[in-house]
Amino acid sequence: MKKIEAIIQPFKLEDVKEALKNIGVEGMTVSEVRGHGRQKGHTEVYRGREYQVDLLPKVKIEMVVPAARAEEVIRTVIQSARTGKIGDGKIFIYDVVDAIRIRNQDRGEAAL
Amino acid sequence: MSLLCPVSLGMLLATASGADVAASLPALHEAVQAAQSSADNAWMLVSSALVLMMTGPGLALFYGGLVRRKNVLATMMQTFVLMALITVLWALVGYSLAFGEGNAVVGDWRYALLRGVDGIPNPDYAATIPHHTFMVFQLMFAIITPALIAGAFAERMKFSALLIFMALWALIVYCPMAHMVWGKGGLLNAFSGGVIPCFDFAGGTVVHITSGVSALICALYIGKRHGYPSPNMKPHNLVLSFMGACLLWVGWFGFNAGSALGSSALASSAFVATHFGAASAALGWMVAEWSRMGKPSVLGAISGAVCGLVAITPASGFVKPLPALVIGFTAGVICYFMVASVKQRLGYDDSLDAFGVHGVGGTVGALMTGVFATNAVNSGLTDAAGRPLPLGLVDGNAAQILNQALGVAIAWALAALGTFVILKITDALVGVRVSPEHEIQGLDLSLHGEEAYNFEV
Repeated sequence: MKKIEAIIQPFKLEDVKEALKNIGVEGMTVSEVRGHGRQKGHTEVYRGREYQVDLLPKVKIEMVVPAARAEEVIRTVIQSARTGKIGDGKIFIYDVVDAIRIRNQDRGEAAL
Repeated sequence: MSLLCPVSLGMLLATASGADVAASLPALHEAVQAAQSSADNAWMLVSSALVLMMTGPGLALFYGGLVRRKNVLATMMQTFVLMALITVLWALVGYSLAFGEGNAVVGDWRYALLRGVDGIPNPDYAATIPHHTFMVFQLMFAIITPALIAGAFAERMKFSALLIFMALWALIVYCPMAHMVWGKGGLLNAFSGGVIPCFDFAGGTVVHITSGVSALICALYIGKRHGYPSPNMKPHNLVLSFMGACLLWVGWFGFNAGSALGSSALASSAFVATHFGAASAALGWMVAEWSRMGKPSVLGAISGAVCGLVAITPASGFVKPLPALVIGFTAGVICYFMVASVKQRLGYDDSLDAFGVHGVGGTVGALMTGVFATNAVNSGLTDAAGRPLPLGLVDGNAAQILNQALGVAIAWALAALGTFVILKITDALVGVRVSPEHEIQGLDLSLHGEEAYNFEV
């Protein structure tokens, strides 16, 4: 099993969710996060005082999928989240040791 | 009043016997007076409520949105508690010290505990409305004035210190200043034998210069916020500030047009000037900010409107609509540069710009009142033969600008000196500033034991 963690532009969330649903990804966890990579922040001005904002709002999608499906899911995320501009985000992939469904203690891929 | 027009009276005389008419005249006279009193009183009660609405929720929202999330309740409480504290003080001695006849500087004790203040008009101030109405209308001004100061020391003043400071400030700074400008026989009261006739229709000196200058002293005395100017001091919710500013704009009609003390043509004139001043000041700030920073901010537009309302306050019952546009626009531009440029350079932390908006806007408005005041709007000042006297520069009375400047200087001096002394007393009694730990934790939790936003499950 692989855990796929995608940090994307907030306004791309609906596109990515829709694309993942279309290839049959069943579950995901979404959080609103703030951060930055190489992208520069922006400047806000309140009554003449400038504030440099370098942590920008992003959305983090986490999902665990069978290893065989990982590449397809990654491709789908890239296609649906990409604008080609700086700030599109990143994808991280982890190996997952096990998974457990709390309701009936299914384990491994059966729990996904 | 139209009941008394000569034609209808003539017809009345022609159709009834002389004796009947003579007998009915006192009753008719009384009925007319009662009708006018009812109309004036209705407007003044509405105005009083409008002015209270400026403090809560208007100013509380305006200031509350500008602070960080951890201090929003404490900031709102700083204004709300004055609705309670100043009201009690006003009943005990405040009203009497401001409006009792007294001497040229301060009132006396004649109305202490509101003795003699009842439903009968006080002709010294407002002959057509109950004394109760006049007293409560003035109370609303006494509430909002100290509340404005709270913007300077937001996010770092002890609540106990705030209560002591505000109580002393109301008695030592506000009551004498109100007495000098509006009280019978006051030093600056142009309409009641003042030595220095100063025009301040609704409180440019009494409300805005005193609060704004006191705010500057407070900001200098209490020092900068912990970490100022760190990048995390952005306003936490400009939507609240936006709603607050709009409520202030509406409430200000009661403030300025209510200061006519009746539902007269003068009230309409003040209402119009108020609205025009606010509108052009919003544009003034917006244009200045847009051309300097490249973007017209929402906070800028609403701050500009408040600056215009401040500046038009002393002028509102004295100037025509087009000068109101000029006064507003000037204030919007000047206040913008004070807040966005001068303050940054001088480096003091007037956190919510109480000085930049109220001190500066009030001063601009008070001085420009000397330029644009005209007896075409306000004919309250007459010579021995009953002819209206020239008021400001536009009427040919250039000397009025000097009178205005003297009024401004007295307001600055009283506010600065009084505030410094009161801060010293408060500091000695309880300490003015919260501990660094409390300041970092936020005043909502450390002083009041609550948080404003509990969104977590």
